[in-house]
Amino acid sequence: MKTSFSPYAQTMGFEEQRGTDGRLVIAMPYSDGVRGRPGFVHGGALAGLLETVAYATLSEALGEDDRPLIKPVNVTATYMRGAVEMTTYARATIERLGKRIANIEAIAWQDDINKPVAMAQINVMLDRSRG
Amino acid sequence: MNEFPPEFDPARLIQTMSKNGHNKLIGTRYHGHGEGWCELALPYSETLVTDTATGILASGPIFTLMDMATSLSIWLKTGTFQPQATLDLRIDYLRPARPGNTVIGHGECYHVTKSIAFIRGHAHDGDPEKPIAHVAGTYFFTASA
Repeated sequence: MKTSFSPYAQTMGFEEQRGTDGRLVIAMPYSDGVRGRPGFVHGGALAGLLETVAYATLSEALGEDDRPLIKPVNVTATYMRGAVEMTTYARATIERLGKRIANIEAIAWQDDINKPVAMAQINVMLDRSRG
Repeated sequence: MNEFPPEFDPARLIQTMSKNGHNKLIGTRYHGHGEGWCELALPYSETLVTDTATGILASGPIFTLMDMATSLSIWLKTGTFQPQATLDLRIDYLRPARPGNTVIGHGECYHVTKSIAFIRGHAHDGDPEKPIAHVAGTYFFTASA
């Protein structure tokens, strides 16, 4: 399934990819638009990447026939290493998918997935009240 | 209380930062500051929307706004320009920002140790009494390690 990117995701230059295991990976190429302090990716850009991959992974898990509104409740981002001037990748794992709440963990890395630059714990509400 | 040398004018610093990098991309602007606090503005932009059907801003730019406002509040608390990095930042999204409205992010540094700065903040879209988000987090001073 192709994820349709939001205007925000397009502004950020996100690219949808697949890991060798078939899992959704979103890549954020380095550009001046994601730069924070000189030489490093902005923490806010990393959080935006982590959130985007979390919502896209959730959307994929829900499938074509189940399209609730995904409402972010909170995001806790932890930064482990400075993300340098290269492409950053992110993927998400749904820890629990309930009727109304989903708990998701996302990680971001650059050259080595075993050395994440940031991770996020993301809780969302699934709103099926519309329509 | 804290005296900044003239070249360390926070308003000018923020205006300079807003002309570069990620802050330029999302359009953050200076809004106000005082001792230990800083406010930035994020004007509404269709390029930052999460869903074209609703016109609601994505949460990512609001996260960036709060990361910026809280990190600047640390320099305004300590009165020194120490290099720092975000350790963690938690954001609670109370409700979506109203499409078309500028979001104001208020960041406050309420405690610093030799190595860690503790921050909190909130964002609103016009009425400070009705916040759209709250944040809490920590930064560490990278030169102190």
